[in-house]
Amino acid sequence: MHLPDGFLDAKTALLSTGAAAVGLGLALRQARSALEPRQVPLLGLSAAFVFAAQMLNFPVAGGTSGHLIGGALVAVLLGPAAGVIVMTCVLIIQCLMFADGGLLALGANVFNMAVMNVCGGYLVFRGTRRLLGNNTLRATVAAAAFAGWFGTVLAAVCCAGQLALSGIAPWGLAFPAMVNVHMVIGAGEGLATALVVLAVLKARPELVAGHQADGGLHWKVSGAFALLITLGLAAFVAPFASPLPDGLESVAARLGFGHKAGAGLGTPLADYQVPYFGSAAAATAVAGLVGTLVAFAAAYGLARVLVPSLNAVRKNAN
Amino acid sequence: MQTERRASTALHRAPAEIKLPIGLMLIAGIALFPRHPDIVYAWPAAVVFALFLAARVPLLFALKRLLLLEFFIIGFGLLAFLNPSAAPMFYAAFIKSNLCVLLMVILTWTTPFQDLLHVLRRWRVPGVMLSTLALMHRYLPVLAEESRRMERARASRTFSPRRRLAWANLSVIIGQLFVRGTERAERIYLAMCARGWK
Repeated sequence: MHLPDGFLDAKTALLSTGAAAVGLGLALRQARSALEPRQVPLLGLSAAFVFAAQMLNFPVAGGTSGHLIGGALVAVLLGPAAGVIVMTCVLIIQCLMFADGGLLALGANVFNMAVMNVCGGYLVFRGTRRLLGNNTLRATVAAAAFAGWFGTVLAAVCCAGQLALSGIAPWGLAFPAMVNVHMVIGAGEGLATALVVLAVLKARPELVAGHQADGGLHWKVSGAFALLITLGLAAFVAPFASPLPDGLESVAARLGFGHKAGAGLGTPLADYQVPYFGSAAAATAVAGLVGTLVAFAAAYGLARVLVPSLNAVRKNAN
Repeated sequence: MQTERRASTALHRAPAEIKLPIGLMLIAGIALFPRHPDIVYAWPAAVVFALFLAARVPLLFALKRLLLLEFFIIGFGLLAFLNPSAAPMFYAAFIKSNLCVLLMVILTWTTPFQDLLHVLRRWRVPGVMLSTLALMHRYLPVLAEESRRMERARASRTFSPRRRLAWANLSVIIGQLFVRGTERAERIYLAMCARGWK
């Protein structure tokens, strides 16, 4: 999902760099007030840890392999503020040392993979765990798995929105392609996140920041992150996802390049009609909802398999 | 990481606080080029090629880095073929992104990360970010070696090629890596304090 240079136009690159700066600034502010001095080296070591973990390949079907991205994992292990800082540093090093991901696109990559992935993953982690009964090992593992999946898909949605906003790929192509691929990748990410969180919880439960029931964030900080995610979706996704002939299209029609945009959207999916649903947008929404529910059920099922008895939980957790 | 193999050309000796902004400007300039293959792309291509030769970047090193990009390009190219009207835009993006990655390869080849870190410090990047980047850069090879060592140890003890077990084992290795990283961070903090860090 590392966007290289040359794909985003100046407007999108600037917009996402601004959004990334706001997210990173928020995280730094939160870290400055909450982080103890002795945790400063921990951030650097965690960033190196994410990088090293990304080098280990999980075997997938047919000789292919994939690796962990680690956004939701650091969010669960370190909390969202530290997680955003750690993932940003990983992306900066990948860009400046390994030319992986563009320099001009760094803002967009930080926004997708550090801010959206980590914050989205963390909020979903907290929400899911509360839903499943706080502070049991099974709830934590299920929430970590679901957060891993959700954060990956959320970052992919944003990435597709940025590509569409740059005018390089029509939304009707970029969105299904990115999201379908990353729903599958996210399943692997969720599984790996859950397994790693479980491994750390079994070895040193006190190291997991997200495991303490009361160790959560102040609601103001959570609210600020949630607002940032909403604004990000509003900027990169909402112009395309609305079923109404919205701003972008009406502007295109008024300025007389509607036919051009139409040509750009002339895809196999352009006049996609699903029976029983009014429009492609509604069908997408329903498909997204079903996918999310399936992922949630899978995460819960996984946690039931990994943590068979609830009685064992307390012993392990404490 | 391969500093000892690096040649010393004029580009290597040029200060990083000039190289980074110039690289950024060149990449921004390339991003503004037209969105269809055009003869004007010969200009940035010539500049990049000249820099490439001047920096004496090993070809294999550059190709390895380009390969990372091509995976993204292939996925994107499939999209372009579904939508023929976007094809010229795709070719332009292909040229642009390859030129930009080559520029980044030249920059990373000629500039050690510590120098870039100094530039970032001068640009007043927040201290938490700087110390995180510096520590990450320092301990990257250490943790990478540690993970490789754990994987080798695991491979020498288990013989099962089964996928399910491989996932379980790898996860335990990654979890263990985090625990060891945390313990190392605690030791580093004590060492830093002992040397007067505040």
